[in-house]
Amino acid sequence: MEERPASTLSALEYDPAPESAAVARLRERYGLFIGGAFVEAADGATFETLNPATEEPLARVAQAGEADVAVAVAAARRAYDKVWGKTTGAQRSKYLFRIARLIQERSRELAVLESLDNGKPIRESRDLDVPLAAAYFFYYAGWADKLEHAGFGPDPRPLGVAGQIIPWNFPLLMAAWKLAPALAAGNTCVLKPAETTPLSALVLAEILQQAELPDGVVNVVTGDGSTGAALVASPVDKIAFTGSTEVGKVIQRRLAGRTTRLTLELGGKGANIVFDDAPIDEVVEGIVDGIFFNQGHVCCAGSRLLVQESAAEEVLHRLRRRVDQLRVGDPLDKNTDVGAINSAAQLEKIRELTAWGEREGATRYTSPCALPERGYWFAPTVFTDVAQTHRIAREEVFGPVLSVLTFRTPEEAVAKANNTTYGLACGVWSEKGSRTLWVAERLRAGVVWANTYNRFDPASPFGGVRESGFGREGGRHGLEAYLDV
Amino acid sequence: MSPAPLRLVVDDERAVRPRPGASVPVVESEAQLRSLLRGLAGVDAVGAEARAAKLATRSLKRETKRAAIDLALSMVDLTTLEGADTPGRVASLCAKARRPDPEEPDTPAVAAVCVYPDLVATARAHLAGSDVRVASVATAFPSGRASRAVKLLDVADAVAAGADEVDMVIDRGAFLSGRLGEVFDEVVAVREACGPAHLKVILEVGELVTYDNVRRASWLAMLAGADFIKTSTGKVAVNATLPTTLVMLEAARDFAESTGRLVGVKAAGGIRTTKEALRYLVVVNETAGSAWLDPALFRFGASSLVNDLLLQRRKQRSGAYARPDRISVD
Repeated sequence: MEERPASTLSALEYDPAPESAAVARLRERYGLFIGGAFVEAADGATFETLNPATEEPLARVAQAGEADVAVAVAAARRAYDKVWGKTTGAQRSKYLFRIARLIQERSRELAVLESLDNGKPIRESRDLDVPLAAAYFFYYAGWADKLEHAGFGPDPRPLGVAGQIIPWNFPLLMAAWKLAPALAAGNTCVLKPAETTPLSALVLAEILQQAELPDGVVNVVTGDGSTGAALVASPVDKIAFTGSTEVGKVIQRRLAGRTTRLTLELGGKGANIVFDDAPIDEVVEGIVDGIFFNQGHVCCAGSRLLVQESAAEEVLHRLRRRVDQLRVGDPLDKNTDVGAINSAAQLEKIRELTAWGEREGATRYTSPCALPERGYWFAPTVFTDVAQTHRIAREEVFGPVLSVLTFRTPEEAVAKANNTTYGLACGVWSEKGSRTLWVAERLRAGVVWANTYNRFDPASPFGGVRESGFGREGGRHGLEAYLDV
Repeated sequence: MSPAPLRLVVDDERAVRPRPGASVPVVESEAQLRSLLRGLAGVDAVGAEARAAKLATRSLKRETKRAAIDLALSMVDLTTLEGADTPGRVASLCAKARRPDPEEPDTPAVAAVCVYPDLVATARAHLAGSDVRVASVATAFPSGRASRAVKLLDVADAVAAGADEVDMVIDRGAFLSGRLGEVFDEVVAVREACGPAHLKVILEVGELVTYDNVRRASWLAMLAGADFIKTSTGKVAVNATLPTTLVMLEAARDFAESTGRLVGVKAAGGIRTTKEALRYLVVVNETAGSAWLDPALFRFGASSLVNDLLLQRRKQRSGAYARPDRISVD
């Protein structure tokens, strides 16, 4: 077709398609949510939350001290004794359905706010975080009046007041994971969002007001680690924590000797195991979803790629091409694939561990993408020639950094995958079902995905073994964490 | 012993390029063809559909959108394949193909006009002096249920009447019953009968049903000498879909890498809106790469799509939607 004129464009270089930041309806100040009202901290302390993509301050947020946490826990206790503990399942169900619908109604606002505060791409907050948060409320709304059929005895009772400490990687979604089953089971809650991402939980608190949830049933105390420590030290019946293994261990030590129940969802070093008969194009997508989803700030990230030696060259060739295509930049741009690193501290940690990767002799490949000048950014990076002894193969990087190892036999794949102190999630890629099942049976991990990665559903329990924690969130199993069984 | 070390090869060019020693393998026997096709990696349906759905969320704005609309227009095979086609209708379609929007003279012409063989001469006459090509369906389109001899005559007839491009259908029955050699030989024979005309091979994905079949049929057609692989006839219930086109583009990309030969892809049937067409262009861009963003390597088989592209093109320029009556019906 030589005679045809040259095409009008050589490549689709997408023009910016930004979502409007105004949709988030940001306010200058946000207070604590205690006893159904927004209040300042007793000592008036506040802290700033930043937009990690620009390093600009977004808002000032109240910093809850010990006194505030005590008031919040007392409010939750009162609400449990006087109101929520006496509601029927059907009544609780009604509130949860309402909350789910309100999340859907305000989904655009929540998505933009989440991307501003966290740095994650709007495509993910819009298509994953917010819809899933609503889905968890819908799911547990359905359980609230059916607890006696959940397999925990004829009349399972709630625990009482639950203290819930959540991380910064999925701020709204983690709040939903914690609140929905706790409320369905009849508990009241004191929720402590992460220091760097407090805003979406406070908008969720507004939604609870809109839903006319009785005062004190859910309280939100924002602040740094000291707020979390105060919550752990307070007279609650249950602590649910999602975050680092380091902090999880501290919490477990502090609760030793107390009757307070504990569930922990901690770090991970997930292995994504690729056999040579796997569907290769979908494998590449799965690897990308496994490690570059949410900038790799995912506890169950597939941060170790274990690829069968006979397929390694082909997989890496395609992976490199795909990594080059990832669009890194403005989280509010609808075409962004990888957003900003959540904080300067996290960026520093990622830099330190990747420097170790090079020092220990692994080969680094970093996407040649351009990074914005301001803000916290880290280009998608793949390490090959990684050995099991390297820090990047053993420690959780919690960033867009993949370590590639190879194996020869299924036994070797399982041995390498299990050779970690963690045990949260793994992936297995093969067109052969019997092999997938053989491998899955032998993996010591709470979640094993087959021919997919990082897929979440409210009906499916999620949680880890060993240093990835204990207890399950989601599904029927998720109710157990909030019932006296 | 630990596995051999592996490295990612650093290469600054994103373009798909043949690997060293690439060439189209000579298929010498049905057994060889079968093992080659069975050796292709499978397609995970859930993953492929998820990938297509994710790409469909790309948002094209401003200059990108304007350029993409013009590109899409220049990729259309303006098609009429009805029993009721008349020379008059074809003449009117040819006029539309040359100047889709007479009130906007810089509107690009479409790629081709696609008709049945008996109307090729009419189309040829009305497109004289333009760059718009004449495409003809052949080989007992759309079912392909005729003897090889009849199919080849059908092709010869279209080419003799002046077709630049021939759209053939594969024998889906033979493919599904595993007579791959038969399908291959037929494509080779039609390729020969086409002479200088370009050959588009219609896989009729709606009848192949699985993505694995689509991938294998794509490779079969490319190995047999297709210039284009095309999704469908537009005459069955399921025609072009985004995931199917994704799988075909992956096949074209991989084929180019391993053989050095670039084969085009045509999505046909059911694409009616600008929004859908732009999604296809995104999939082309992010799957096969920018080389395929060219009418020589990607086409839309459509009729009503053109009018929506024209309306959206005007909207991009004036900021307001034109009344549909400002665009010719055909």
